[in-house]
Amino acid sequence: MKRIVLCCLVTLCVATAGFVRAAAFTVNAHVLDEIQLQVPDSAAQKKYLGVSGTATLNLHQIQADIIILELFSMYCPICQAEAHNVNKVHQYIENKPDLKTRVKLIGIGVGNTPFEVDVFRKKYDIAFPLFPDDLFRVQKATSKPIRTPTFVALKRKGDKTITVTSVHVGAISDVEAFVRGMVGQE
Amino acid sequence: MNHKTKLSVLGVLVIALVSCYSSVFGKDAAVSTYDPGQLKAIDSTPRLKVGDTAPDFTLPSVSGEKISLGQYRGKKNVLISFVPAAWTPVCSQQWPGYNIAKDMFDGNDTVLLGITVDNIPTLYAWTGQMGHVWFQVLSDFWPHGAVAQRYGVLRSDGTSERALFLVDKQGNVRFIDVHDINVMPRLENLAQELEKLPK
Repeated sequence: MKRIVLCCLVTLCVATAGFVRAAAFTVNAHVLDEIQLQVPDSAAQKKYLGVSGTATLNLHQIQADIIILELFSMYCPICQAEAHNVNKVHQYIENKPDLKTRVKLIGIGVGNTPFEVDVFRKKYDIAFPLFPDDLFRVQKATSKPIRTPTFVALKRKGDKTITVTSVHVGAISDVEAFVRGMVGQE
Repeated sequence: MNHKTKLSVLGVLVIALVSCYSSVFGKDAAVSTYDPGQLKAIDSTPRLKVGDTAPDFTLPSVSGEKISLGQYRGKKNVLISFVPAAWTPVCSQQWPGYNIAKDMFDGNDTVLLGITVDNIPTLYAWTGQMGHVWFQVLSDFWPHGAVAQRYGVLRSDGTSERALFLVDKQGNVRFIDVHDINVMPRLENLAQELEKLPK
């Protein structure tokens, strides 16, 4: 009996440690929103984001209730393998009238230059906006090193602030369930 | 608590443990790397300079073939990419980056040879988790690091530098980048060097 109890305790400790580790990864929306992203050249992407001009934009300026942000790297094999799934996420949102106007998907290439992001975009025929972050600015917004791909759901409050509502690390196993989880429709 | 109840309790806990780890680590748990921390940027003495004839070599490939630099003479430009070691952070991303930039190499009539001092089974497992790699991956394991030594990129700990040698169709070295081992060489710099090759 003692052995059983001991075994149970050890199991519980290990399991709890796992949850603690998961909970420890946090994203600071305020720091994230301080990053200035280059407004895309493409008119279609400007329209998608609801922005104009040629200067920079901050995340809160994207015209959406919810922004799903993919943190990726063109060098990351999992991001490469997941690219087709992320494209499916984009298509899923665009094909749902109730989501299309409220939810926007963008990507930031962590540590990637504009050239590297462009290689990734062309290779996987990515239609949603991707932004470079060759200076690893996004890393300053997270509590631990970013494991790509990481997806962050950001809710926009009015026109001025954003908050983090969900974080998903790693592969997407079910596109519909993923989107529901990100937009809070679970 | 009877035996059946004890087993049920254990079962529930084991399932809890497994689901916990699945949710925490997910699919990418399989892609584990060893982080050696910050290393001395460069730890070798150069032996080659631009314009030199690139030393020929023959090494076993993960594909099962023996690959020689000389077999490309007069046919293809060759980019030799030494990376320090399998299953380490920067190396585990550098080649996947090249793996999706095949057009850049093809467009400049260039083949890529990836070399490390690891043995073939290690390279097989490592490159396998990158997905299918289109380029030859060569093992400079035995005699240990002999090719890296000839190219002046063998480090004192037996690994190699993170180094690029671009060799033209005449067998001459056109570009050398012995990079800070801790840092990823930028893809656009390589693209620029490939564009400079004679057409």
